[in-house]
Amino acid sequence: MNMLPEFGQISLACAACLALAAAVTGLGGNGARGELLRRSTVSMVVGQFVFSTVAFAILVTAFVNDDFSVEYVANNSNSLLPWYYKISAAWGGHEGSFLLWIVIMTLWMVAVVVRRQNYPQRFANRVLGILSLLNLGFLSFAFFTSNPFTRLIPMTPADGADLNPLLQDFGLIVHPPLLYVGYVGLAVPFAFAVAALLENRLDAAWSRWSRPWTNVAWAALTLGIALGSWWAYYELGWGGWWFWDPVENASFMPWLAATALIHSLAVTEKRGTFKSWTLLLAIAAFSLSLLGAFIVRSGVLTSVHAFAVDPERGSYILAFLALVVGGSLTLYALRGGGVRAAVGYQLMSREFFMLINNVILVVSLAVVLWGTLAPIGYEVLTGSRISIGVPFFNMFFVPLMLALAAAVSLVPVLNWKRTRWAAIKPAFAYALPLAVVGGGLTLYFTEPRLVMVALALMLAAWIVVTHANDIWKRVRARSSMPLSYAGMTIAHLGFAMSVIGVAVTSTQSIEADRRMAPGDQTELGTAAVQFVGMQQVRGPNYVADQGNFIVTPAGGSPYSLKPEKRRYLARGSIMTEAAINPGFMSDTYISLGEPLGDGAWAVRLHFKPLVRWVWLGCLLMALGGVMAVADKRYRRLRARQDAQVREVHESAAGQVST
Amino acid sequence: MSRLSLFVPLGVFVLILVVGWFGFSLDDRRQMPSALIDKPFPEFAAPSLYDQARTVTRADILGRPTLVNVWATWCTTCKAEHAELMRIAERTDVQLVGVNYKDDVAKAQRWLADFGDPYDMVVVDPDGVLGVELGVTGAPETFLLDGEGKILYKRVADVNRRIWRDELAPRLARLGIVEKDLPEQGGR
Repeated sequence: MNMLPEFGQISLACAACLALAAAVTGLGGNGARGELLRRSTVSMVVGQFVFSTVAFAILVTAFVNDDFSVEYVANNSNSLLPWYYKISAAWGGHEGSFLLWIVIMTLWMVAVVVRRQNYPQRFANRVLGILSLLNLGFLSFAFFTSNPFTRLIPMTPADGADLNPLLQDFGLIVHPPLLYVGYVGLAVPFAFAVAALLENRLDAAWSRWSRPWTNVAWAALTLGIALGSWWAYYELGWGGWWFWDPVENASFMPWLAATALIHSLAVTEKRGTFKSWTLLLAIAAFSLSLLGAFIVRSGVLTSVHAFAVDPERGSYILAFLALVVGGSLTLYALRGGGVRAAVGYQLMSREFFMLINNVILVVSLAVVLWGTLAPIGYEVLTGSRISIGVPFFNMFFVPLMLALAAAVSLVPVLNWKRTRWAAIKPAFAYALPLAVVGGGLTLYFTEPRLVMVALALMLAAWIVVTHANDIWKRVRARSSMPLSYAGMTIAHLGFAMSVIGVAVTSTQSIEADRRMAPGDQTELGTAAVQFVGMQQVRGPNYVADQGNFIVTPAGGSPYSLKPEKRRYLARGSIMTEAAINPGFMSDTYISLGEPLGDGAWAVRLHFKPLVRWVWLGCLLMALGGVMAVADKRYRRLRARQDAQVREVHESAAGQVST
Repeated sequence: MSRLSLFVPLGVFVLILVVGWFGFSLDDRRQMPSALIDKPFPEFAAPSLYDQARTVTRADILGRPTLVNVWATWCTTCKAEHAELMRIAERTDVQLVGVNYKDDVAKAQRWLADFGDPYDMVVVDPDGVLGVELGVTGAPETFLLDGEGKILYKRVADVNRRIWRDELAPRLARLGIVEKDLPEQGGR
């Protein structure tokens, strides 16, 4: 009999033991004879990584070998599943995806180990201790409430129940891992913030150390969210790309906090202000990603994404949340006060605009938090349920994001501390009129013409003009452009691109529901669509009715689109597979509704202008975030003499006191 | 003032935690037996989804074991639940009756066309009148009735694989309804 799953369980237990030990040595082993303990912390962190990875590899092996004696495999896989979905099914359910979460957590911890020479030893040790403590919480959660290795013996089923067909898709292969890299990555700046509070060293150095970690985690989160949105767009068959679903909100809240954190960290590093606020954001960003985990995995809110409800899991995560967030916020309340700096700045300064940025992002965050939690609160108070819908979020988000766009457009002309009017003037005197004209001209092509769309187009154009002008000036003056600055510029252009995409696609799309029989012709905007006929096709684990449509755009060459109505064999569930002709300027999207008899079908046709811009903008934002990390400044952190010297003093002081 | 303000985030968090805790403990309520358990399913008359002129009454759904599922297109959990209902419909002889709750008829029809129709019949309850009779607090909710219309079990929230295995399947087995082992179509 195959004993591998039992070894997986043992590996998890080993990782948990190492996490406990590393938490103790990391947080406690800073005394006089700390050197040995410090080195052991490092090796125990690596050990957590090795054991977690082994456990995960064993789970994947169980999936590949169709070991249906493992309950989790039996519930989430099927022998008919293609091999690549068998692998990705390992993170298709609650237990396995949490194991992936742990593996990614240990990867981040190993990354901190690799870069530990850049930080004072005591500080790095504390960070590793805090991360191990968090990982201990994750590991015990997996071990006690969500064990992926539970067996179904002797009731082993002959075949598995299959992976949810919605998840049998390329999107699922990459979306969760990327999202988790982002969620869990926020644990690193969190650990840095808590370590800084514990060590009482709330200086600019702390924020400089945090910045690369925050950027990478944020970039991964950005990509993960964009991928999820893209996946929903082509897989759910409704042509929508954002639903304000509680689980989407759960990923959006840490993103908003992390975006605010990136900006606030910049101010703290460069100018030494916002210190207390930055600490709070670092704590908040990770806390929100834990809150997201609670929302998704406890069953307190249900959605398409929700995992199986289990009260035990909910109470565990809630207790963990109370300890981690409550503990760190208490520490913040006690220690965070002494860090106020009296550095002045004027209204027209980068500091002030960063403040505006932070206020807007935090207000947005509050809106999403309210919209997500209010239904629960309402249920607690009145016992009945309400649903806060899309209009609520849009009502707040449209003006908030427009205000943010206006703030972003002035960034290239603003200096730290104060900016002379002469420097700002061109942004208003030349760039703004240019943007208004440009945006106004584009508006001419929109239908319906809306004030908000016009504003969005103008503001996005303003961002593009001021940033492009900035690049042009730098190129002409042959002045160097640090990678971090280039990264910021690209991220801001990405933001403008997303704003344009969202504004245009959400107002200018054409949607038509038609009854069509083979041979019928209809119109979608300016394109002619002909329904040629239906045929039966077979996939590896489904059968499908496939429609054949010929789309002829006005003045373009015809192409065919083949949407499917699939019936998955193992669960008998029906899935709509939309057919999309993607384009930079617009998508044409056809999905099948119900058969109406006599060979006729209800057909849903969409014309989606600029929908790709929403995700391409996110791609640019993430690219900008990663570029900033590659800046020389962060690579040269090593060998910072002053940090080393301080370290020596500190350990000397430690010796005296112990 | 300045020192106290540092405690504000902690206060906000505690508030969220309290809401989360209570919201979470509501889950227990989902497990609580309803006052209707072992009582007869109430009399009702409601129009059919596909033919609004036709009225379905309690007598129409009696005669064999039945699952009455309250659902709506605005309910995201219902979407998550749908695949399991499809599976139950395919693999068992239990009668599935849908109550389309506080919903739009056109949307409901479109939903069933898109995702498949597991129900033997669907009645509409646009104003939630039938819902009040049944003590429905939201969607989805599912009632298990025997052939005489007595309510044996009520599930608030989604019917998933676990609920099927632990709650519904054993009760249905006692009524003589077992899960068929369907041959895999297309074979392996």
